[in-house]
Amino acid sequence: MNAETKKPASGEPILEVRHLVKHFPIYKGALRKKQVGKVHAVDDVSFSIAQGETLGLVGESGCGKSTTARTIVRLQDPTSGEVLFRGTDLSTLKGGEMRRMRQNIQMIFQDPYASLNPRMRVGEVLREPLMEHGITRDRGELDRRVKRMLELVGLDPQFENRFPHEFSGGQRQRIGIARALMLEPSLIICDEPISALDVSVQAQIVNLLEDLQRELGLSYLFVAHDLSMIRHISHRVAIMYLGALVEVGDCGDIYQSPLHPYTQAFLSAVPVPDPAVQKERGRVSLEGEIPSAIAPPSGCRFRTRCRHACPRCAETRPEMRELSPGHWVACHLAGGEPGTRPA
Amino acid sequence: MEKTRETVLRVEDLTVCFPGKLETVYAVNGISFHVDRGETLGIVGESGCGKSVSTMSVLGLVPGRGRVSGGRADFKGRDLLGLSRKELDAIRGNEIGIVFQDPIVSFNPVYTIGNQLMEPLLVHGKMDKEAARKKACEMLELVGITNPEERMRAYPHQFSGGMRQRAMIAMALICGPDLLIADEPTTALDVTIEAQIVELVKELQRQMEMGIIWISHDLGLMAGMADRIAVMYGGLIVETAPVELLYGAPAHPYTIGLLASLPRINEGYRRLESIEGMPPILRQFPASCPFANRCKRRTARCGEQVPPLRDLGGGHLAACWEV
Repeated sequence: MNAETKKPASGEPILEVRHLVKHFPIYKGALRKKQVGKVHAVDDVSFSIAQGETLGLVGESGCGKSTTARTIVRLQDPTSGEVLFRGTDLSTLKGGEMRRMRQNIQMIFQDPYASLNPRMRVGEVLREPLMEHGITRDRGELDRRVKRMLELVGLDPQFENRFPHEFSGGQRQRIGIARALMLEPSLIICDEPISALDVSVQAQIVNLLEDLQRELGLSYLFVAHDLSMIRHISHRVAIMYLGALVEVGDCGDIYQSPLHPYTQAFLSAVPVPDPAVQKERGRVSLEGEIPSAIAPPSGCRFRTRCRHACPRCAETRPEMRELSPGHWVACHLAGGEPGTRPA
Repeated sequence: MEKTRETVLRVEDLTVCFPGKLETVYAVNGISFHVDRGETLGIVGESGCGKSVSTMSVLGLVPGRGRVSGGRADFKGRDLLGLSRKELDAIRGNEIGIVFQDPIVSFNPVYTIGNQLMEPLLVHGKMDKEAARKKACEMLELVGITNPEERMRAYPHQFSGGMRQRAMIAMALICGPDLLIADEPTTALDVTIEAQIVELVKELQRQMEMGIIWISHDLGLMAGMADRIAVMYGGLIVETAPVELLYGAPAHPYTIGLLASLPRINEGYRRLESIEGMPPILRQFPASCPFANRCKRRTARCGEQVPPLRDLGGGHLAACWEV
């Protein structure tokens, strides 16, 4: 029943992200554009995902979690840093090579309404990746694969002649998942795949993603802002704040003994659908709001809202430290026995 | 339970429909609810279940072609559904405050926050401009906005999402309403900001003693916020109960299914139970249980008759033949 019993198949890393940085320049002036600053969307982020594992990347809006996901698949080019897929650095790959690599890494998007072309029938949507990547152009083979895939994601194979508008949000997200799976990838980047769905439909999609992982040995990078759902679906969790990771660890460790003051506050703000529990739970309240990513605070980015901040936090940026096996935290003050709060 | 309190709003048998050229959508199909002073009623449901329409229509705010086709809504001895537009105008923003989901579209972008905060006071003729300015400042301070004098001169786009929602709450409460209607006020906000707003509203409720109707799709949030919950499905209230009973002993299969489909942050892995199918689009006035086609406990009767709300004791009512 515990999160820890949900272990991935093997420990070999499939994706390694090292010191990933993505800055967006800000220009001023209409004719002679001059760069006046930059948005520090992702600033030195490192993590890895093992074969068959789900890493939950979680944070509040504007923290850079989606930018991280999009930069990994090169929907945006990173400013610096490395993204290694099975040892190959994706950020150095050129056009054709990157294209071939994309077969291995596919993406599921948040909005099932915007991410499907309204003029394409479901069958065309699903055939396109196979034809684009030159896997097969044989009609019979294409049809077989499309039908098999529709069945796999729980849709009627006869739906292949319908258009996206004929489907509900949940069904569309199934189509989005089917499209991502057509090329038999080993890693899927899920960018808030259930946020746009109704509660009763969310569970259907999450269960589907879990079943597919078990059957096909997929690895997921699951980006979300819902900490309850992240706990449910992930093996390991990475918490992000203002462009940087603050804590990474096994699901059980993070949720039972969070070490970073931000993680503690973030977790305690999540409501539990149980009034009795809700009354008992202490809340670490968080004052103020996330500072601007254009000029993030010096040193530790969380220090402006942290109850424990000391002068050192303003001076040096805390490095990620491994305080217990596999449990990393970026805080000068966290330490001692796991589970204790910073002094 | 506490001593009986004065009922602020009592809605009975409300029906709202949206007649169209080809077909009519039956959004709310005869629902009844009430809120007492100092109490929070949570209305919970998925998109399209009629939760927003049911409260907004009471205030004369039915969108588009929609119209109220029956029922009554007693507010302090008057039936809101029978009032003229002018009479409603005198109540809205004065005796009933409203907070909407998206604070950026609820504010006028070309007026300052201060201007818009003072407006209800001036429109309802509560005080002169100087006094209104002072009151608006106090209100901003009360909702936790620092430096209120300066912030009064800011425009909505200069506020962050959380601050805009605080200002929105200040505006809704500035006339000291008896009832606050909050339509998904924290859905657009991050959880840490949501927690701040919820604490703020609860504190203001303790001070000002208003009744609150809080509309949300988030069962987790409602558990800590509401005193009583009404669960809506297909334009009907399918279950209503005090929070402890609703979460502790849910009776309607839909409520049970919803609660089982939620992952919880305080427990480890368990496979989520999903409700197969999807919520209905209400093209006919319901002639059977709206949940019947997704229900595991369905019997022949469920497809033939609409189950009435039946009293299970302790203020717990459920509309299901099998309970």
